[in-house]
Amino acid sequence: MEIRPESIRSILATDCGSTTTKAILIERRDGQYRLVVRGEAPTTVEAPFEDVTRGVLNAVREVEELAHRRILDGERIVTPQTGDQGVDLYVSTSSAGGGLQMMVSGLVLQMTGESAQRAALGAGAIVMDVIALNDGRRPHEKIRRLRQLRPDMILLSGGTDGGDVKRVIEMAETLAAADPKPRLGAGYELPVIYAGNRDAAAMVRECLGSRTALSVVPNLRPTLETENLRPARDAIHELFMEHVMAHAPGYKKLMSWSPVPIMPTPGAVGIIVEKIARRDRLAVVGVDIGGATTDVFSVFQEVFNRTVSANLGMSYSVSNVMAEAGLENILRWVPFEVDEVGLRNRIKNKMVRPTTIPQSLEDLVIEQAIAREALRLAFEQHKALATGLKGIQTERTISDIMSQTESGATLVNLLELGLLVGSGGVLSHAPRRAQAAFMMLDAFLPEGLTHLAVDSIFMAPQLGVLSTVHEAAATEVFERDCLIRLGAALAPIGTARSGHACVGVELVSPGRAPERRQVAFGDVALLPLPKEGVSRLTAHPERGFDLGLGKGKPLTAEVLGGVVGLIVDARGRRPFQLPGRMSERIGKLRAWNQAMGLYAREV
Amino acid sequence: MAHAYTPGLRVSELVRVRRERRLPLKGEVKVKAGEPVEPASVVACTELPGNVQTLNLAAKLSLDPARVPESLTRPIGSRVHRGDVIAQGRSLFGLLSQSAHAPADGTLESVSAITGQMILREPPIPVEIHAYMRGVIAEVLPGEGAVVETEAAFMQGIFGIGGETFGPLSVATGSPDEELTPDRLGEAHRGRVIVGGCYASHATLMRARELGVAAVVVGGFDDHDLRQLLGRDLGVAITGSEELGLTLVLTEGFGRIPMAERTWRLLVSHDGEQASVSGATQIRAGVLRPEVLVPHARRPAVAASAAAHPGLELGSLLRVIREPFFGRIGHVIELPPELQSLETEAQVRVACVEFCDDGSRAMVPRANVELIEV
Repeated sequence: MEIRPESIRSILATDCGSTTTKAILIERRDGQYRLVVRGEAPTTVEAPFEDVTRGVLNAVREVEELAHRRILDGERIVTPQTGDQGVDLYVSTSSAGGGLQMMVSGLVLQMTGESAQRAALGAGAIVMDVIALNDGRRPHEKIRRLRQLRPDMILLSGGTDGGDVKRVIEMAETLAAADPKPRLGAGYELPVIYAGNRDAAAMVRECLGSRTALSVVPNLRPTLETENLRPARDAIHELFMEHVMAHAPGYKKLMSWSPVPIMPTPGAVGIIVEKIARRDRLAVVGVDIGGATTDVFSVFQEVFNRTVSANLGMSYSVSNVMAEAGLENILRWVPFEVDEVGLRNRIKNKMVRPTTIPQSLEDLVIEQAIAREALRLAFEQHKALATGLKGIQTERTISDIMSQTESGATLVNLLELGLLVGSGGVLSHAPRRAQAAFMMLDAFLPEGLTHLAVDSIFMAPQLGVLSTVHEAAATEVFERDCLIRLGAALAPIGTARSGHACVGVELVSPGRAPERRQVAFGDVALLPLPKEGVSRLTAHPERGFDLGLGKGKPLTAEVLGGVVGLIVDARGRRPFQLPGRMSERIGKLRAWNQAMGLYAREV
Repeated sequence: MAHAYTPGLRVSELVRVRRERRLPLKGEVKVKAGEPVEPASVVACTELPGNVQTLNLAAKLSLDPARVPESLTRPIGSRVHRGDVIAQGRSLFGLLSQSAHAPADGTLESVSAITGQMILREPPIPVEIHAYMRGVIAEVLPGEGAVVETEAAFMQGIFGIGGETFGPLSVATGSPDEELTPDRLGEAHRGRVIVGGCYASHATLMRARELGVAAVVVGGFDDHDLRQLLGRDLGVAITGSEELGLTLVLTEGFGRIPMAERTWRLLVSHDGEQASVSGATQIRAGVLRPEVLVPHARRPAVAASAAAHPGLELGSLLRVIREPFFGRIGHVIELPPELQSLETEAQVRVACVEFCDDGSRAMVPRANVELIEV
């Protein structure tokens, strides 16, 4: 069906998450697209319902009730809109049922292996494992692993065009010997994408063509110096629809409702993040912390990267955050004493009953402490993968040698970071926006001046998929109804003794008296900003502290308005350290919480 | 959420339970439709393909990969024993002869003229699928397995570890709020499914394992002890394959939580009867909960259907599943349609609940309650 953007008056968009299905209704009013209402219902891809459309219909019914308009005719979405019934366009994303789970393979782990991983992650997949010639496992161990994991899809890469063929075929033979079966349904062949040395394509086809649903696309690493991920990503999206979604419970029906292919949720969020970075010419980090996984997206030096931490999340995976971060790391953010046995049980109870929410303030504080650690770990993993290409010979100057840079260094430069956007329940639904800002600050530790925002009600996925067919509607809703600007953080790099002078700031906002503040090392200060418009910031760091222009050099910059304000974070960077003694740490946490106005009462 | 459902764990005196018993690969079905089966009856069997060994013959024999196929001393498909010569090559103008030997018993599966790699598959691994519960074969899945059906008392737990097992039920505490302590267990409990009260410690489980107890069903367990039991922190709730020597089913959750009265009464009423237990839990994909079922045939049962229940209503009996009222049971006395503010300042839908134990009332987020089916 051809979509003519100018004729679209109303749009219904859903995102089938692993826990909740979210529906939004967008209408064109006075020539502008605006969010009208949002509804949600538990996702029903799993037993006892096993039909994703049940949850979609439930979420849409909530939208109908809230918007006082009919969208459904029985169990069918009415399109196009007639009078005030139905909608002109329906689109959806999905990460239900564990999302898209892939295995990728390359010849060398750090080269084609990493490129293949980036391609799969960028397309919205969870990478279950990376198989490579040098991954340290013997062939039979790789074969056993391939059999055990039952991925939805495999991306096979390897070699540069014109390079070694033999090793690529060896990987294909390993794959053929494993004869892996797809995760969903036994009645179809496992989709395999070959994106390696083009000279080996015919032989790979001979080896795998009869036992898998093989697609051959251009090499994702045609030369050592170039990466061409787009064809592999597009093939992943296509096969996701054709093979994986078509076998997930209820998805055939869901696909028939929308003229636009259903996109993996993270793939859609990535589209939005890339668009902001391009439009505002900024280095951007976006994070989406869900129940099962945490996705991190970044654009640095115009290079887009996405990683997913498959087992870091706030419900299904909450216990894994504790396992990976360690209890002490979670507790370091909690400003009261907690009994360890009780806390462990509390976290496990959240895991077994993942849809519950904190009722007491103490419970909220603990949940937000866990979120800090989940975000921190996910960002660590992102930094390790968002790198330049490894294995490239580069000409190095003396200064390169002095600064110890090397090929494959992380692209993530926190001083360069212009905007940090958070989404996902624990950030988007934090009762106070300052809580979301402070969680992001503690987890990501941005340096210098960084703007902060949250996705108001987590609709980036829906807007991402919408932008592929109606960019104007997606952008208008994103700016006006989705993105909530929180303000900015100013964090000097450096360290000193607690209480010593660190930075002086002056903030001039239109129509307000200038705000001047001296902030001592170890403290946090919050300066109000107007909700909209631009303020002028002048910051004078003390000797030994750097705001990005050199130690002791003042910074003058424009700060966009936001609902939280300008957070002056003088707690130090490189390193950032919390006090070791519990009483001292609790005292500091309470002081920061108070400075930020985080909670309704002291906890 | 207008049409939200609040899932509750199923606790039923008599339901028809069907369990699909399917092989991981096609194989032979050993039963016929209508045939009665016991938990240990073999329903189907098959052989899983053996592990694969790869052998780089080109490197081993110093040959060009293209010449490797002709170096084989036995054709593809041959069965070989460990140490058998499988390929021979000559180098240095035919003066030096080199041999390659089979690294294990198995079958020569394939050889590549591009990489010079040979694949040897080890002997198949036999797999049997058991009936798991007493019942009859309701349906045969040709080449794949069968569906076993029974009428049973049935309860789901919230979390479990360990696989499928069976044995007579044996109630070992006097009430649902008593702890199952090690001294309550004895030789008579060997091979039995022990029903405890509110809690079992790591020491109790160790004692149970030592005695050869088949399964322990209790209200709660400490995560701290779970870590000790598994030797690691359990990150994601996908369980069932642990080899602990017994199966553990928690009916309520982590901590010391009295077993729900209804669950307790059901289990006590079947004391001494043969039960089948599975600890397998998968919360993320598939929502698989652990279960205890006691097959019997006292009266016609209704199918354990997946029908959605109506959701929260005035008078609904529910259990709170998160602090600060965790584990308490009460009735819904009011369902305000407007969002209400919690202590956290979150605006959510709530239920006003009157607790059964002391008649006190509280406001609880609807997300934090589960229905108790009656």
